[in-house]
Formats: sequence, C-alpha cells, structure tokens
Amino acid sequence: MNDFTKNGSQATLLLDEISRKSLDTQVSNWENREVAAFVARQPESRADYRTESGFGLKRTYSALDAAETPLEDIGLPGQYPYTRGPYPTMYRGRNWTMRQIAGFGTGADTNQRFKYLISQGQTGLSTDFDMPTLMGYDSDHPMSRDEVGREGVAVDTLDDMEALFEGIDLENISVSMTINPSAWILFAMYIALAQKRGYELNKLSGTIQNDILKEYIAQKEWIYPIRPSVRIVRDTIAYSARHLRRYNPVNISGYHISEAGANAVQEVAFTMANTITYVEEVVKGGMSVDEFAPRLSHYFVAQADFFEEIAKFRAARRVYAKIMKERFGATRPEAMRLRFHSQTAAATLTRAQYKVNLIRTTLQALAAVLGGCQSLHTNGMDEAFAIPTEEAMKLALRTQQVIADETNVTATVDPLGGSYLVENLTSRMEQEIFAVLEKVEQLGGTVKAIEDGWFQQEIADTAYNYAIRKADGERPVIGVNKYVEDEDEMDIETHPYDPETERRQLAGLEKTRQERDNPQVERLLQKLREFAADESQNLMPITIELVHARASMGEIVETLRELWGSYRETPVI
Amino acid sequence: MTTGNERIRVLLAKVGLDGHDRGVKVVARCLRDAGMEVVYTGLHRTPEEVVTTAVQEDVDVLGISLLSGTHMSAFPNILKLLENEGADDIIVVGGGVISEQDSQALKEQGVAAILSQDTPPEQIVDTIRQLVERRGPR
Repeated sequence: MNDFTKNGSQATLLLDEISRKSLDTQVSNWENREVAAFVARQPESRADYRTESGFGLKRTYSALDAAETPLEDIGLPGQYPYTRGPYPTMYRGRNWTMRQIAGFGTGADTNQRFKYLISQGQTGLSTDFDMPTLMGYDSDHPMSRDEVGREGVAVDTLDDMEALFEGIDLENISVSMTINPSAWILFAMYIALAQKRGYELNKLSGTIQNDILKEYIAQKEWIYPIRPSVRIVRDTIAYSARHLRRYNPVNISGYHISEAGANAVQEVAFTMANTITYVEEVVKGGMSVDEFAPRLSHYFVAQADFFEEIAKFRAARRVYAKIMKERFGATRPEAMRLRFHSQTAAATLTRAQYKVNLIRTTLQALAAVLGGCQSLHTNGMDEAFAIPTEEAMKLALRTQQVIADETNVTATVDPLGGSYLVENLTSRMEQEIFAVLEKVEQLGGTVKAIEDGWFQQEIADTAYNYAIRKADGERPVIGVNKYVEDEDEMDIETHPYDPETERRQLAGLEKTRQERDNPQVERLLQKLREFAADESQNLMPITIELVHARASMGEIVETLRELWGSYRETPVI
Repeated sequence: MTTGNERIRVLLAKVGLDGHDRGVKVVARCLRDAGMEVVYTGLHRTPEEVVTTAVQEDVDVLGISLLSGTHMSAFPNILKLLENEGADDIIVVGGGVISEQDSQALKEQGVAAILSQDTPPEQIVDTIRQLVERRGPR
C-alpha cells in the first residue's frame, strides 16, 4: 500500500562496504575500551536516553548511523525531496517572516497593535480572533456572552474588517488569519476589502488557517459535520488557486495537535493524513495537484526537544515531497516543497518563575530556524497568565531579531545537514510517520478515524503519559518540579480586558444591520442556500457577494446550519 | 448520601466556547485512576446544562475547566444556579488559565479550589478527597 515509502533502486550510500566494516570495528573497539573503562569509573546519569517521541538515543552517532539513508533522500536545499530546505539559498536570500500574532477587542483596537508591531520591525501580520468569531457566532449571539473581543479581535461584518486593516497596505504586507470553521467568510471579507480598495487580488499574499480536520482532532473549533466542512475547504483552495496566485488558502497545522498533547511523530503524521484528505478532495473536484498544491502551506510547533524538533521539520519536508510526487503525481517543484510557519510551544510556558519562559522560547525558536521555517511566532513570556502585553510581545520579537542578526546561524543553509544524529533521527522519524499513515489507511482513512475518535484517543494517551512523567519528575520542568522557589506574589502586569468592548462591538453590529439593504441580504442568503445544496458549486463567489452586502458572519453560518446541522463530539478520555 | 466508604462522584465540564480539553482529560483520567467515578460533559456547555447534569448525576464535586478568560462571570453564575437548585453542597472546583488575584476572588465567592496547569495530579486527587471529607455526607 505504501510503495511511496520505498527507496529507489539507484540509491547512493554514504559508506561503501569496506569503509562500513572498518568504521564498525572502530566503534565496537571504542565501546569496549574507552567507554567501558570510563563508565566503570563514572556511571552515566540514566540507563536509557530517549527523545520526547520515544526514539532511543545512543551515546554518540557516527557515519554508520547516517549510512542507511540514501544520499538522494538528503539531497541539497531547494532540491527534491527538500529535506534540507524548500529554497536553495534560504535565509541568505530572504529571512523568515517575523510574524507575531495579535488580536483583542474591536477591529480598531487590534489595528493599533498591528501598527505598533510594524513600527518595531515586524515583517508580517497575524490575526487572532475572539472565540465567537472562531466558532462562527455573531457578537450578539447568546453563546458569545462575555467572550466578545476577549481572547482575540471580534469580527462580525466587513465594517470590522475595514477597521482592522485601516491604514495598512495589504499589497505590501502578508496577513495571516488564524481561523477555521468560519474561515471562508473571513477570507471573503478580506477579498471584499481588497476589491473595495481597488487592489489586484493576485498581489495579495497571506494565509488563512482553514484547516478544519485538525479542529475535530485537536483544537476543537467547529460548526458543521465533517463532510460539508471539508467541501468548504475544497472551495476555498480551488477559488484561491484561480484568483489569488500568491495567497495560501490553507495552513495545514500540526501545532494544535502537538499542544493538545501529541508527540513530534504524531504531530507530523496526523498533519500529513489531513493533507492527503484535502488533496484528494480538491483533485476529485477536477483540479490537478500542480495547479493548487503550490499554495498549500503548513504549520508546526517548535517544542523543547531540540534535535528531535530539527529532525521533525526536515522529515516533514521529505515525507510531504514523497507523498506529493509518488502518491499524487505532482511534477512541479512548487507542488512538492513544503513551506511552514512555526510557533514556539505555548504549553511549555510556566507561571512559576515566568521569566524563564523567555529562555524556553529562545531555544525553541532557534530549533525552528535551524529546521528551516518560513515564518515564525515567538510566544510572550506572560502567556501562562493571559494574552500577552505589548512589552512581552516586543521581547518575543526581539528574540527572533537576535537570532537573525547576531548569531550568524542564518549564513549557511541547513547547518545541521550531515550531522550523524540529525540525519539518523530524520530518517527514523520519516519511517515512523509513514507507518502511522499506513495505520490511518487501515482504519479507513482520516475522516473515519476522526469519527471513531482514534486520533483523539492517541493524543489523550500521549498527553496523559506526559503529565505522569512530569509529575514523577522524570520530565524536568524548571521552576515547577525542579529548582522550585516559593513565590508569594507574582510581580506581573497582564493584558487588561476592556469591559466596554462588548458594548462597542454590539453597537457597531446594530448600526451595520440598520444601514444595509436588508431585502438584498435576504435574497443573497437564499441564493447561498441553493448553492450549498449543490455540491458542485463553489461557495466563495456568493459569500463574497454576501459580505459586500454587509451580511454578518453569524447570518451566513446559521443559514447553512439549517441545511447541514451542527457537529457534536463524542468525547474520549 | 455519600459516606467515606463510597466512591466520590465527579462531574467534569467545559463551559463556554474554548476547546482546550487537554487538561480536563488528564484530570479525568487521574481521578478515575484514583478510584473516583468521573463523568465528562464534553465541550462548549452552558452553565445551565452543566448544573442540570450535576444535579441529575448526583455528584459530590463539579469541576469546571475554562481557558477562555471568562471565569469571573462563569463561576459566579454556576454557583448561583446551584444555589437555585438547592444543590449548593456540590463542591465546585475550577481549572484553567486563572490569575492568582482572580483565584482569590473566586474562592471568596465559594469556589472551593482553583487548579492550574502545573498542579501535580496527586495534589488534585488529594484536594478533592479532602474537600469531600471536610464537607461530609450529602
């Protein structure tokens, strides 16, 4: 079934038979003499060393350990299978995009933070929406009570979108939007805003997350059942490929899978299972992979286990390239090279001795850079308390700037390529990822495995295991289970929530509803119903018309809920 | 009704729109491993739904997990609904991203304990046992 994992017969290996035997003897002798004598005098701290995913780690690695991997699999940067990077020059040509996420209050509130971040040297924007917007509820829906503008910015209509990006030149900065079940509506608003400003759509660059499958698996933001939701993703990918040449209509994400508890192998494997499902869906709709796959983008966490993370990013690129070429028959390089955004791991942040979070974040960010990320968000040190303050965000941004400008790590592409350890881990990880993908196929595919709660159970098991290891002290967390200090009062200032937000947002929504052409909105909603019932229709054009007419997100969502119903999870523990 | 020899019954619930369920699931498993009977509501529940279930399931403890920042309105609301149902002897505990200052305020209003992401599982189990013991049989 998994013939795409098999190596070609023309493989070139690092060592020939004679070198291999000679090195093998050398390593055995070293173990028997130097190591044995040393360990007898000074035992090692543990009997068993492992990565977070459970890969055994040897005392040291030699060319023998990298010799199993065909040199063609390692390759060179910008060359298939892109293990060493999607581009030949990487950060020498263009640094990664420093993309700190921001969002709170109303569109106007977040607009101020955006402008501040740009003034501090940030090179891309990233938008966090409040829970009602993420779940497709208008701000005046009963479920939205107390949540409006709290953990992100509230967007109900195109008017909010206009306020959010007021005075920001969208042809010259890329904008990422973290939004999923309601993503197609925000995407429509973004397009409508660009049209109003007279921009050329093909000049817009940016990303919507729009990865609904990982919502059912991990992040748990959803509206409709799985199948109509995947159809919406198909529509956005197809529309974007035809009208917004530089835009990423989906950001297939392992981040939330990891944050929900998965290890590195599960993160990449589950993400690739989702990728395969989207690609199959769009191909079924009649598009070729070479046409749309160049704009598929990915998103992975940067966790604490330094070398495992670097190997993870490299393995993800190799696995993706092989899937796209061997399984889907892609022929364009752009359709096979994986580009990814990375974010440091929020769940590793601690409240205890919270300033230590700066150091955790720095090391995680360095792993992302050494792993070849295209854009990066570094977490604020105060995020175990609340959404970050401006000061915390500035320090997080400075962390990236120090790595980019002071360490010189950007001068050489894939500096850890050829490290015996990293190459060995990369290949072991690739094998494990393909093994998980085969398991998913045996279970009946991604959608079936979600419906059966398989991914969810796997993640819950790993999360539980981690919690126990942390409680036992086996997994040290500085300040929490090691070097613990008594802290009476935290000297920390957190981001305040403006209690007036909800009132201001509701007033704006009310005003929009009064001023728009309501019969026109009704007519368009009726048209939406008809299009939605016909699976061959693409929902993007009608949604763009609707947002131009100032229909609210909630009105669009509820219209389709009548047709498709709501998703309800059967929780697994 | 509960005596020291009976199993402690716990309802764990996620209130509001946030989908962070890693913590609540780990807690559910730890309490179950410690011999308690645990019911988990799943995500996106309203305070009304949660209180109704707590009363129907006749639980000793109601644990609310909440990482959306809405704790200062959600908990008082739940406490009031329990009181209206004549079920204010159900012990309410909370977990999530909740500041020290907010924790203090919530305890003054009647939340028995607030647990954070760094509270060890053993301590969570002990806290719940002690709270039930101190309250005595329902």
